[in-house]
Amino acid sequence: MKEHKRFNPDTVKRLFTYLKPHRWALVFVTVCIIVSSVASAASSMFLQVLIDDYIVPMLGMDNPVLTGLVHALITMGAIYAIGALASWIYNRRMVTIAQSALKCIRDDMFTKMQRLPIRYFDAHTHGDTMSLYTNDTDTLRQMIAQSLAQLISSICTIVAVFFCMLYISVWLTAVVCVVVFIILCISKIVIKRSGAYFAAQQRSIADLDAYVEEMINGQKVIKVFCHEEQAKTGLGKLNCIWETNAAKANGHANSMMPMLNAFGYVQYAVIALIGGYMAIAGTANLGLLGFNVLSLGKIASFLTLSRSFINPISQIANQANSIITALAGAQRIFDFMDEEPETDDGYVTLVNVCDENGELMECSERTGLWAWKHPHHDGTLTYTRLEGRIVLDHVDFGYLPDKDVLHDITLYAEPGQKIAFVGATGAGKTTIANLINRFYDVSDGKIRYDGININKIKKADLRRSLGIVLQDVNLFTGTVMENLRYGNADATDEQCIAAAKLANADGFIRMLPQGYDTVLKGDGSGLSQGQRQLISIARAAVADPPVMILDEATSSIDTRTEALVQAGMDRLMKGRTVFVIAHRLSTVQNSDVIMVLDHGSIIERGSHDMLIGKKGVYYRLYTGAFELE
Amino acid sequence: MIRTLLKSLRGHKKASLATILLSVLEVLMEIIIPLCMADLIDFGINLGDMTAVWKYAAALFLLALTELAVGMLSARLGARASAGFAANLRQDMYDNVQTLAFSNIDKLSAASIVTRLTTDVTNIQNAYQMLIRMAIRGPIMIIFSMIVSFRTNASIALVFLAIIPIMAVILSFVVLKVRPIFERVFRTYDDLNNVVQENLRGIRVVKSFNQEEHEIKKFKGISQRIYEYFGKGERLIALNSPLMQTCMYTCMILISWIGAKAILASGNDPALGLTTGDLTALITYAIQILTSLMMLSMVFAMLTIANSSAERIAELLNEKTDIAEPEHAVFEVRDGEICFENVSFSYASKADKKVLDGVNLHIASGQSVGIVGATGSSKSSLVQLIPRLYDVTEGRVTLGGVDVRDYDLNTLRGAVAMVLQKNELFSGTVAENLRWGNEDATLEEIKEACHMAQADEFISAMPDGYETHIEQGGANVSGGQKQRLCIARALLKKPKVLILDDSTSAVDTRTDALISNALKEYIPDTTKIIIAQRVSSVQSADMIIVMDDGRISAVGTHEKLLETCPIYREVFESQQKGGNDE
Repeated sequence: MKEHKRFNPDTVKRLFTYLKPHRWALVFVTVCIIVSSVASAASSMFLQVLIDDYIVPMLGMDNPVLTGLVHALITMGAIYAIGALASWIYNRRMVTIAQSALKCIRDDMFTKMQRLPIRYFDAHTHGDTMSLYTNDTDTLRQMIAQSLAQLISSICTIVAVFFCMLYISVWLTAVVCVVVFIILCISKIVIKRSGAYFAAQQRSIADLDAYVEEMINGQKVIKVFCHEEQAKTGLGKLNCIWETNAAKANGHANSMMPMLNAFGYVQYAVIALIGGYMAIAGTANLGLLGFNVLSLGKIASFLTLSRSFINPISQIANQANSIITALAGAQRIFDFMDEEPETDDGYVTLVNVCDENGELMECSERTGLWAWKHPHHDGTLTYTRLEGRIVLDHVDFGYLPDKDVLHDITLYAEPGQKIAFVGATGAGKTTIANLINRFYDVSDGKIRYDGININKIKKADLRRSLGIVLQDVNLFTGTVMENLRYGNADATDEQCIAAAKLANADGFIRMLPQGYDTVLKGDGSGLSQGQRQLISIARAAVADPPVMILDEATSSIDTRTEALVQAGMDRLMKGRTVFVIAHRLSTVQNSDVIMVLDHGSIIERGSHDMLIGKKGVYYRLYTGAFELE
Repeated sequence: MIRTLLKSLRGHKKASLATILLSVLEVLMEIIIPLCMADLIDFGINLGDMTAVWKYAAALFLLALTELAVGMLSARLGARASAGFAANLRQDMYDNVQTLAFSNIDKLSAASIVTRLTTDVTNIQNAYQMLIRMAIRGPIMIIFSMIVSFRTNASIALVFLAIIPIMAVILSFVVLKVRPIFERVFRTYDDLNNVVQENLRGIRVVKSFNQEEHEIKKFKGISQRIYEYFGKGERLIALNSPLMQTCMYTCMILISWIGAKAILASGNDPALGLTTGDLTALITYAIQILTSLMMLSMVFAMLTIANSSAERIAELLNEKTDIAEPEHAVFEVRDGEICFENVSFSYASKADKKVLDGVNLHIASGQSVGIVGATGSSKSSLVQLIPRLYDVTEGRVTLGGVDVRDYDLNTLRGAVAMVLQKNELFSGTVAENLRWGNEDATLEEIKEACHMAQADEFISAMPDGYETHIEQGGANVSGGQKQRLCIARALLKKPKVLILDDSTSAVDTRTDALISNALKEYIPDTTKIIIAQRVSSVQSADMIIVMDDGRISAVGTHEKLLETCPIYREVFESQQKGGNDE
């Protein structure tokens, strides 16, 4: 994954678009923050007012009247109450804003993921994509939820306190500014250095996580090969690198705060000295409201104020690293969202029709009869009955532009025919299936479905008309019934059970603890490979498509079970166009046409008997299995 | 649980203790400095004594320097101790995982072990760092501030005593309320990650079944739940800050009122009582006490979150292997003769269904044995008992005349090479992967093994030959190539027993036959056990075992079984014809 170390203003801007729906809430939040900051600034001013106006004047009196003091305290109490209330309100609102912005980001990310072409998933590891949802969103959450409110509040406090300081003394404020400037310069250097350590830490934790994941998933192999010691050493090395980097990164980040504190104290001493000289010497003091005398109380207040001025600055500097990390994560998330989505220019759709005197009429209810609705340029509409005739016409294809995987593939599959692809791994069998359902688009040539170029068919409708059973079965968390219904949400329980019976899955499903209501977890990990395959076949049967693609569907089922599945599949295949991809020749013998693929070209085609008679490659493959005799 | 974790601290005990001590010093600084600041006002500015101002300012400067030194040292030591602790924990867990048996790993699940080694360790690292740097500060700060406040003015300090318990009660109420909500949040996170993972793996299925909208809806449901739970939890936490403010403001007003009266009584004379400087200092302490309380509540909240991580880590550290090493281990395997005597086996001791039941079997050294049977007939379970991946429940398995439980585990597994059904390659070059079988193997030996496994040809055709890089999980080789590499890797061990558990399912029939022939020809003395779906893969074996539902249903040669065993005949015929034609 790309690394973005540098601060990118576009990322911030984009992040703000997620806050846009909440702009009025944000304005409200800002108002509350200001109120709360004013209250907290007032609290430091209050001490001065209290000392100068209420305590010092009464010092000499024999019978001081305290009513003024009481009034002042009550007023302050009211201001404080409002401040605390405002702070509660903005904290609450901010949580809602942050969480709903994050929800939008997550939802957008997932929606985007569903729109991406298969090509994307081939090129990126699952771990990389996963970490967008976990690490990157998490750091972003921390930033939006915690840092954003703090940032606004810090800035408000800084501005408010700044004016309060000016009000007391312009000279002293200038001194504070110089000190702050020095602090910022030094922080910048430290942040830069610790930023480099943080990047190193991120890299080493990524290496470590990857190693752990790979090794733990292969743990059984490690044991079989007695590779335990090597595995320990391997982890030890990475762990050691990580430890050094983590210690350095955190050490730097942690020392930021004591450093800033120390500067704050030094500044305090300097102000006290200068202020002291000014007070003692009686230098004319320039306040915001003109010249006056720098009183004792004013210096005390100013010192408190200067602390309130430095603290939020320290906090921002302290969080700089986490903000940078979060923005880098946001950048990765936005890069993901900007990936090119799967395009779909199709306009031919699949609709239910009813046959009225030989003419197809579109109807809204399910009739069991389907047709392609084809709008033409001249505004006319034609309906073509869905039959499952597939033609590949001189098709070329390569995953990379300069490397062809398929050359000049031509084939005709009539409705109800069983077409088999045979050939070595890498000969291009699966690629043909990927082209028919448009996971990839052909480089040259055409594929026609019932006479329509599949590029004109809407992808969703094209895929609805194709059933697919893959070698690697993927089941989803949910009940068996929900998994069966995956291809057709409207299917009744009876239909699902019938499909399971067809695929010979009914028997073992009933043996599961809760039968069809058994919840499958972790990709159906409680089931054997064969059982999972049976469910996936039943799932395809529930979808009931006119064309089926079976990609090595039975290679992980033992042959005895395969015979049962085969029987079910033969029933399933009746009346459908079926593409079978297999390396086990026994599964393809009864196909109408067998295509032997080699390096992306069809080198032989014909029925089993024909190919055996021809004594070519197929014959050699077929008889090769029996050379053992 | 905590004791289990602390065992991993080892060399970092000193740094941890030093961090704690330094943090005590830091607190002392934070207490002395305001005192110094107050004195600067009282004895310096107030009296117009610039020498005193200079004195205090110099002291303040020195204190700031000390604070800087102490703070930075504590920051580094703390970071080093917590990173070191985390690294030790990870290593200890991982080392323990290496001792665990298959049954332990099955029970814990690989995914959960990974989480423990990654996320959970990070949680502990953060919590530990917070703990040694912050946890001690809060209470000390509170105690010191209280003492000094009481010495400054006892009646005013009483205000703290009244406020602190109220605040503590409310804060702990918030934390206790928040904890279950956050636990729910983390569980929901697991659900969310699960959906993403399933979709990444099954994206082809999702797309072929047009279920994009359905998946998006599912995802949005979960993300909505996270939004709600998280919002609920954080809104509760949002109470903390205004709560602290209210307490602080109340304190300040009370202190001001009482303080003002006290100053008036003393006439602002330090000798007689409270001064304006004291008042400033008291208010600073008030803020410090309340901030410390806030910090304590944060530490507490963080510890509650880290608690579940700590539990998971302790569980893994305490996990004991189900397979024990024998006391007087045998270090040499005579030959590849295998004997099963009345063997019964079940995966969990409480499971009522036996996976293997009363199996008796004798395999002579150097024989080739094929095992066929339906899915779930326990073929894999049978062979996994030989290298002691699992232990028998009843009966015994012997290798070379010795019970497998009496061998040293490394000796046993070195002598038995097994290619697992679900096999893995690791990122690294082809040669590196193959050397798993034998670290010192020469290129010639590697080539020879690959030649036997019919892998030499395609490896040589790869751009970098034996130096070609294999991606994680062997993603850049096909299923058949991966299987052949795994076989070659096992062959490099030069084992006495070679077990192929359905290891040629993705290899075409011709290559499969070539491998079988090569094995027979090149390693005649090695006992070869081959589990296969295809009868053709085992047809030529010296002995074929037909398994049915955890029992051996027939044993014999191909010809004999065709005559006597209906199951075998049925399977053979179905494969000959290619499916059940109607």
